[in-house]
Amino acid sequence: MTCKEFLAQLDDLIDGSVSSQMRIELEAHIGKCGHCEVILNTTRKTIEIYRSHEIYELPSTLQERLHAAIMARCKKGC
Amino acid sequence: MPTIQSIELEPHPDVALVARVRGGDVSAYDTLVRKYERQLFRIAQHITQNREDAEDVMQDAFLKAYEKLEQFQGNSKFYTWLVRIAVNESLMRLRKRRTGKMVSIDEDIETEEGSVPRDLADWAPDPEQNYNQAELAEILRKTIQGLPQGFRIVFVLRDVEGLSTEETAETLSLSIPAVKSRLLRARLQLRERLSRYFRRNQAVKGTGVAK
Repeated sequence: MTCKEFLAQLDDLIDGSVSSQMRIELEAHIGKCGHCEVILNTTRKTIEIYRSHEIYELPSTLQERLHAAIMARCKKGC
Repeated sequence: MPTIQSIELEPHPDVALVARVRGGDVSAYDTLVRKYERQLFRIAQHITQNREDAEDVMQDAFLKAYEKLEQFQGNSKFYTWLVRIAVNESLMRLRKRRTGKMVSIDEDIETEEGSVPRDLADWAPDPEQNYNQAELAEILRKTIQGLPQGFRIVFVLRDVEGLSTEETAETLSLSIPAVKSRLLRARLQLRERLSRYFRRNQAVKGTGVAK
């Protein structure tokens, strides 16, 4: 397997949607290729960091104000 | 005697809430708004990159969904339907701000940047620990804001908000292969850009995937 072929399967590998045979081939490639191992690990980490850190938080006071405004208009029939 | 319905999957809890709203129970809509307001605000802010716009989009999306609830078919999840409304409202808001200039999710996707990984340095273990909360949030915001719109929306829906590939495709009116290709490019571009903050100090910059 080449690095390009590995890259083509990267998303499916991360999302757990590769066949068991493909997984064996991909893991064999990583065993030999340090670069692809880094790409896999750092891409996984990229997703994990974005998932676990809210970068656009909705402060609770603003949330309450917006929520009340939405519901007031819905009760009036918009 | 058990019927065939008893072995079907439990319906999504939103189905019952939507039915109650349709029957005139506004408090059920209160529950739905409460459940999804944070997500909608986040998605709107990712697209518009402006807090006031995101506030307006969030309100308008919930009001529009309420008005159009009769049109909700129930063959997609209520949340996916809601996100679709919010994405469209966000794009409309951007168009207004850019005084009528077309804004689409196909913008700037021709770039080749990031499709071939170049920075092959390994990252420090738990690299986010090297920054305080505010610094990290700034890095993450700046990095994702630099992505082309069409990649950013796909990454946000799929990886941050957890929609499936199919739901993302449906929400954005894209084909499944288009979502997959954008997702890969988005992930690789973000990885590449975050590398400069998260790599091990002593790491040597690589020269790209050669083979």
